[in-house]
Amino acid sequence: MASKNDPFQFQEFDEAGDLLEANRDAVTISIENEDLKSQRPRSTVGFAQDAADEEPLISDDREELLSGQKKSAPFWTFEYYQRFFDIETHHVKERILGSLAPWPGKNFIQAYLRKNPDLYGPFWICTTLVFAIAISGNIANFLQHYGNPGHKYTPDFRKVSIAATAIFSYAWFVPLGLWGLLLWRNNKILNLVSYSFMEIVCVYGYSLSVYIPAVVLWILPYEWLRWVTIAVALCLSGSVLVMTFWPALRDDHPKVIIATVSGIVLLNALLAVGCKMYFFSKPEPGKEPGLMVNSSPTVKAIKVTSP
Amino acid sequence: MALAEEASTPFVGLSNVSISEEIPVEGNITVPAGPSTRDDAFSTLDEPVKETILRDLRAVGNKFFHVLYPKRSSALLRDWDLWGPLLLCVTLALLLQGGAADSDDQGGPQFAEVFVIIWFGSIVITLNSKLLGGTISFFQSLCVLGYCIMPLTMALVVCRIVLLSGSGMVSFAVRLAVVTASFGWSTFASTAFLADSQLSNRKALAIYPVFLFYFVIGWMILTFSPRN
Repeated sequence: MASKNDPFQFQEFDEAGDLLEANRDAVTISIENEDLKSQRPRSTVGFAQDAADEEPLISDDREELLSGQKKSAPFWTFEYYQRFFDIETHHVKERILGSLAPWPGKNFIQAYLRKNPDLYGPFWICTTLVFAIAISGNIANFLQHYGNPGHKYTPDFRKVSIAATAIFSYAWFVPLGLWGLLLWRNNKILNLVSYSFMEIVCVYGYSLSVYIPAVVLWILPYEWLRWVTIAVALCLSGSVLVMTFWPALRDDHPKVIIATVSGIVLLNALLAVGCKMYFFSKPEPGKEPGLMVNSSPTVKAIKVTSP
Repeated sequence: MALAEEASTPFVGLSNVSISEEIPVEGNITVPAGPSTRDDAFSTLDEPVKETILRDLRAVGNKFFHVLYPKRSSALLRDWDLWGPLLLCVTLALLLQGGAADSDDQGGPQFAEVFVIIWFGSIVITLNSKLLGGTISFFQSLCVLGYCIMPLTMALVVCRIVLLSGSGMVSFAVRLAVVTASFGWSTFASTAFLADSQLSNRKALAIYPVFLFYFVIGWMILTFSPRN
């Protein structure tokens, strides 16, 4: 390639060879080098060819580096999983903010993941959500029965294990199903966009991050507030998911598109509403917690008077 | 003939060698006494049992002291041990028993649950730190995380004493203050030991799980309510 592209380098080689043959003791080439360098900016053709000549050298190094990076260790070694933690603090922050504020047209995977899916975000967001649900559920339970002397508050630790099971299975099995579905459709219809399993897990994990502030808001025992936060959270996380998978489904059969999109949204809604129903019991209809302190003496009075 | 004579009687040739005066030969020949005394120093088989136990207790106590006054030191990392974490974990789990929910089939943490949360949580945090490329070893990290539970254990002892006097609003406020202070102390102590082992652009990623871990333990301590 050098001989084809760059006349200057070819010349240099030739002259050096001649010089060496002529005089073995000759010190070579410093003058030629200077000429080469000074001639580079002068002619644009030469410059372009120089750059093109440098390219193979640089791209060889780059290829070596890249191939070193992409070398995949077998999945039973530690290094395989270390690949998914190759992430920095500001990356995680960007990804979480990106999932909290979906922008129309901005595909989460293409905008934020950029072929570097990580397992740190999904795992710790799910864990935080599990503990947030358990703690908020306990606090909400406590606040609801606050004025009631008859009710003894007991911290319910079963909530942790149930919440963990629900959330982690949502964050792992739904992506698995979706990935299998995309793979199946990919065989039938040639799609331009295909996502790897880790990327789908990553999107699902980060889309759950909007529920953490929602769950903290559920502590306040107002039904309307809880439903409003569910609706908002559902909109945000649902839109992140739908906008991410839209390019992959766009070219498909309309029925499949509708079924998949509604499936994604429905499962998300099911998780949110299910968590709310199970962990946060409804306050008594018509009674706000503040009123319960006043109502209990009347209840006691009624009990005394009735035979 | 002379050769045969020399061969038959060894060292005969040496008697003919003379060292001239011009080349002084002097020096010391010392036999290194290392191996034999090293064996004696490390052989702890003959020492009294009290000495053995006291040595380990002193090491554990030294580490407790370093957690109480955390400054950037490598004392916990250099010679790690898991006795301290085990002791603290058992104390914490025992003190969290005897709660009001204990008699029912639900509610408060069972002994095994506390154990699992502490050890499984420490292992997960250590794995996370190693996956992020931390330079700390597995057991060193377990050691640090376990020892830094000590402020929270002390908070639990204080909480139980405060609860003896009643469980109203005032006692709740006092317990909240104590648990918050000890949670901050634990997190600060563990970051003082663990911070140097991570790259600066991933420090927050490695510290956040530690924060979550101590928060959950603090929560368990705060919500402990005694049997009436």
